[in-house]
Amino acid sequence: MIKYVFKRILLMLVALFCITTICFVLIRALPMSPPEGATEAQKQQIEDIWNARGYDEPLLVQYGIYLKGIFTEFDFGTSWVIKKTAPAWDLLVGRLLPTVLVNLYSLLFAVPLGILFGIYAAIKKNKWQDHLISVMVILFVSVPSYVYAFLVQYFLYFKLDWFPPVISSLADAGGTWFSWTMFHSMIPPILALSFGQIAGLCRFTRAELTETLTSDYMLLARTKGLTRSQATTRHALKNAMVPILPSILGSFVGILGGSLIIEQIFSIPGVGALYTQSIFSRDYDVFMMDCIFYTAIGLLSGIIIDISYGFIDPRIRMGER
Amino acid sequence: MAKEININSIPKEKLALANLGDHIKDQKFDDKPIGYFKDAWRRFCKNKASIVAAIIILLIVVFAVVMPFFDSGTGTEFDTYYAKKTPRNLLLSNIGIATGDVNKDYNERAYILEIAKGIAATVNFENMPSIGEALAQDNPLQPVTNLEKVVQTEQGKNVNNIYYANVDEYLSVGFIYKQVSQEEYAKIVAWQEETGIQVLYPLINTKEYCYSATDANWWYKTDEKGNPLYTNKSGKVKKIEFENVDEVVLEDNYLRYTSGENKGELRYWKYQGGGNTVETAEYQVRVLYYNYYRYTHDGAEPEFLFGTDVSGYDLAQRIAMGLRLSLLFSVCIFAINFILGAMYGAIEGYYGGAPDLIMEFVVYVLSGVPFIVVSTLFQIHLAAKVGAIPSLIFAFVLTGWIGTAGLVRTQFYRFKNQEYVMAARTLGAKDSRIIWKHIFPNTLGTIITSSVLAIPGVIFSESMLTYLGIVNLNSKTSTSLGTVLAQAEGTWTEKPHVMLFPALFISLLMICFNLFGNGLRDAFNPSLRGTEE
Repeated sequence: MIKYVFKRILLMLVALFCITTICFVLIRALPMSPPEGATEAQKQQIEDIWNARGYDEPLLVQYGIYLKGIFTEFDFGTSWVIKKTAPAWDLLVGRLLPTVLVNLYSLLFAVPLGILFGIYAAIKKNKWQDHLISVMVILFVSVPSYVYAFLVQYFLYFKLDWFPPVISSLADAGGTWFSWTMFHSMIPPILALSFGQIAGLCRFTRAELTETLTSDYMLLARTKGLTRSQATTRHALKNAMVPILPSILGSFVGILGGSLIIEQIFSIPGVGALYTQSIFSRDYDVFMMDCIFYTAIGLLSGIIIDISYGFIDPRIRMGER
Repeated sequence: MAKEININSIPKEKLALANLGDHIKDQKFDDKPIGYFKDAWRRFCKNKASIVAAIIILLIVVFAVVMPFFDSGTGTEFDTYYAKKTPRNLLLSNIGIATGDVNKDYNERAYILEIAKGIAATVNFENMPSIGEALAQDNPLQPVTNLEKVVQTEQGKNVNNIYYANVDEYLSVGFIYKQVSQEEYAKIVAWQEETGIQVLYPLINTKEYCYSATDANWWYKTDEKGNPLYTNKSGKVKKIEFENVDEVVLEDNYLRYTSGENKGELRYWKYQGGGNTVETAEYQVRVLYYNYYRYTHDGAEPEFLFGTDVSGYDLAQRIAMGLRLSLLFSVCIFAINFILGAMYGAIEGYYGGAPDLIMEFVVYVLSGVPFIVVSTLFQIHLAAKVGAIPSLIFAFVLTGWIGTAGLVRTQFYRFKNQEYVMAARTLGAKDSRIIWKHIFPNTLGTIITSSVLAIPGVIFSESMLTYLGIVNLNSKTSTSLGTVLAQAEGTWTEKPHVMLFPALFISLLMICFNLFGNGLRDAFNPSLRGTEE
């Protein structure tokens, strides 16, 4: 088991290294110029710093410097435009909290609802309740998240005026991300994110549960004398959860990345917003940092999904032939 | 009465044996055998939701392809006067939808101005109707179609009326000043005479009793606050006293010739410079924009099925453009993923061993690259060289085929050791023949399904990238639904149609592709055979 985990992590690091290398080469090959709007002296200063840090060396040497910076000083480059001369890593970490909060809330809201609807649909299979839920699921899975965002904004802000159109600024919310004002203003993006997640999870749960409900051990459980609800909760549901739980775990890792479009619409100052900002302001070091970050999250959630199978399902033996 | 038949005593003439003398041999089936694809097709046809989805997709494709043929330039030329206007279609307005009307509320001054636009638009300059009469008249150029209610609000001593009315937004633009060449002026006059539609209207005396010199709608005498004035019998200009706004009769403030042979006549143009020659001289004229639009569009009245977008393009045309682009992306990526995924997966799955391991690692690395990063990098590096659309297609292709390849690989692992493959190999079939002739057809169903189910993702990603502005596909002749949606931001709470229609179309397209894909998946899955019945 431990050997398997190590192997997977090693593989992930190799993949991460490959992707980082490609990204680095592609990004550093872009022409870099000091930010617009700076005075001549500032521009000269920035270019001096770049030269001192080896930005004018050949790409391979630059990459060596970059890797050395990461391993020795945990230095992922510097922001030149968004927040002048702040380390890119600090910039990213500063943006993590709002993203994580919004996504975490929406996940905490979506997971129970999605599973409950899925269970209900599976139990009422081929009855009108199931058909209704299935139609809703198809609708909610297909409609893009930004359309929900518009709908939520239109009805909850413009028509009913229950919520602000975008999330509050930190100053309005009393300087903390955990205040009630902040949470209140986060409800629209949370809702917009949740609809799709609820529908997806509901479909997944229904599919898995209908399969386990018709399996032989359920028949055995009923013959033993268990009531239908007992058999469902103790046998069918447990087995149905085997593929569902890992995917939920995976999406908990995914919350770090956030949603670009939802962050744009609700002006959440999160990781996704940083990404778009770094592209538009041509802040390439921050962009590079973002690329590594997104790649790492994707790979990590993949590993966590795979490994969690081994913990959740005793039938699966990891790494054995 | 039931007649009992005694089997033992059937009359001889009624008894006929079915098959006498002939041998009954195994007869050939009269109908054709049902193959894999025919079976899938039959099961697909039973799935009503998928059929409906397929029909809707087809309709959307027809809409996207046919729309440009109905374009009279409204999709590629924007019209700032008719920006953000609500849907208007003369045919549909008969049944009360797409009338181009909006509900607006006015104070007294603005209400008079709005109705005055309609009064001035009729060419009758004698016998000015009062506001009430003008509203009662059947005047096609009157912006106010219906006065819903008048609400009185008291503010201290003043009692203010607020007028809630249905207003045709297109007519409400009213008059504008325009600078035209003398040649163009002559053309307009000729067109006016030919069609009988008045485009040019008298200029306004901006020197006195004029509320705004730049807004061509203040054609009647007003004081500096915009209240209507009139000239009494002794020639003095006074404020109109009225109990009810319906009684107000406006007095025109048109510009007239003060000297020369046509003294006292209305002036329709003013010299604006450009030399004295006929070719270059520029005139300032005052036109009714609604009729000017008809002049520039061969007499066609402004009709926009879905209204106009933020910059003044015909929204229906822009949506059709966006749909065309989305569908083009879908088809391209469907085809490329299909081919690439099938080849890669086939090689991986068939040869197994070391090639499989290496290729799987490549897949693992590629699938680790987030799509958003790929598309951004491709956009930055390639867009200038090969254009935005090809570079976006490249980005989709780079990682898009991975899912298909994985499916093909597992299918190959499943089939490659089966007896019929071994038989083919024993008979001396080459690897390529076994792969393409014997195993590949078995994987077709899965590939088609997964490729179709990937389409909604492609459409979503494309619209997301254009919405964020990372990819810019917007130009005069092409646009993307994401851009249309992004432009609507900020104005759509007041004018929901600019957001509603593109969002509706993209949602509809994605729902239909999902339903269609689900139908295909069920149809191609033999294990589901007979479960529905």
